[in-house]
Amino acid sequence: MESKVVNININGKDFKKSVRSNLLLIDFIREEIKLTGSHIGCDTNQCGCCMVLSNDISLKSCSVLAIQMDGAKITTIEGISDGDALHPMQESFREHHGLQCGFCTPGMIISAISLVNENSSPSEEDIREYLEGNLCRCTGYENIVKSIFSGAEKMKG
Amino acid sequence: MYTFNYHVPKNIDEATALFEKSSEPKYLAGGMTLVASMKQRLTAPSDLIDLSKIDTLKKIILEGKNLKIGALTTHNSISKNEEIQSTISGLCDLSNGIGDQAIRNFGTIGGSIANADPAADWPAAILALKSQIETNVRIINGEEFFKGMFETILDEKEIITQILFEIPNHFTYVKFQNPASRYAIVGIGLAVYDKIARVSVTGASHTPFRASEIESALSNNFEIDSIPLNSVSSENLNNDIHASAEYRSHLIDVLTKNAVRTYTQ
Repeated sequence: MESKVVNININGKDFKKSVRSNLLLIDFIREEIKLTGSHIGCDTNQCGCCMVLSNDISLKSCSVLAIQMDGAKITTIEGISDGDALHPMQESFREHHGLQCGFCTPGMIISAISLVNENSSPSEEDIREYLEGNLCRCTGYENIVKSIFSGAEKMKG
Repeated sequence: MYTFNYHVPKNIDEATALFEKSSEPKYLAGGMTLVASMKQRLTAPSDLIDLSKIDTLKKIILEGKNLKIGALTTHNSISKNEEIQSTISGLCDLSNGIGDQAIRNFGTIGGSIANADPAADWPAAILALKSQIETNVRIINGEEFFKGMFETILDEKEIITQILFEIPNHFTYVKFQNPASRYAIVGIGLAVYDKIARVSVTGASHTPFRASEIESALSNNFEIDSIPLNSVSSENLNNDIHASAEYRSHLIDVLTKNAVRTYTQ
């Protein structure tokens, strides 16, 4: 069986599709579902631009096969806002200028939400430690950390 | 990546039966290394047998003086487990230093040791602690498990089911890590059982090993000053872009001192 029908829920919508065994989750999301907010950066499990939530925990979608995700609930950057109303973490990135070129931003925001889900009041050290798996080549970490710090407060509502 | 046949067995018998029927199969645990290797075409299995749905391999059991960790337990489940934290907290610190959050969410202890990367962290715990690797067919003493670079005593078809650690008086793991990958340039595991020290070294050589001279010195007198310098000769140590063999030899001394300090303080 070099291909298989999988059921994957992405951003609340169920998708039933036949996938080749060697299709990566990131390619499934971008090419099959046409959600291009999650990016392919290094393609080697390092940069975190492809970060998504799988059953609410962070996952680099370039490092798993779509076929492994049968039955999973995936959340991408497109799935966190409420229509035109930004997610509080997105709002904070905008306010604190937590991006320069923006390529790493979807992954940064997904990681940030995953962090706050685990720890609602992270310290600066917690944030920096958590971002180990996200690289920003514009070196904009100062503002990213500030954004997450404030985003965590906002997420408390 | 080449295509392959993909299977999701429900139990170990089904997994081994699939393995026997396939031409060049491989088992998949968390996949944090295997999928990456397949992408680079370093490996191209005919069949990928995904063990992730076998829930019996994900249990953590505290039984008397032993801690048993299911082979498919993820690094993050280990670092957050209260029973492990209260018995061998050094294992939580070790697992929390592997890769990054996303990798720790999916990478497993069994996958890591079966892969036997010479710079991986878990081998240091397997060797420093009194441990047993239980598989679907036998029980292997931890000290006999690693055979070389990416090589273990396991038969191809064998599946690790759980890892048993005997709870020590103290265990700590310290490493000098590659800042990008967080793999150990040198990592030291130090366990103490009734004043007997066991010291393991990972990252420094083609395979992890015990530092016997340091062990006997520390068992004799558990003090930083008793650690013999340059006792692990640079001759058989790795010499690469990250660190010279001499530097690794020096790191073994320094990190062992750091490890001892965690106990005496």
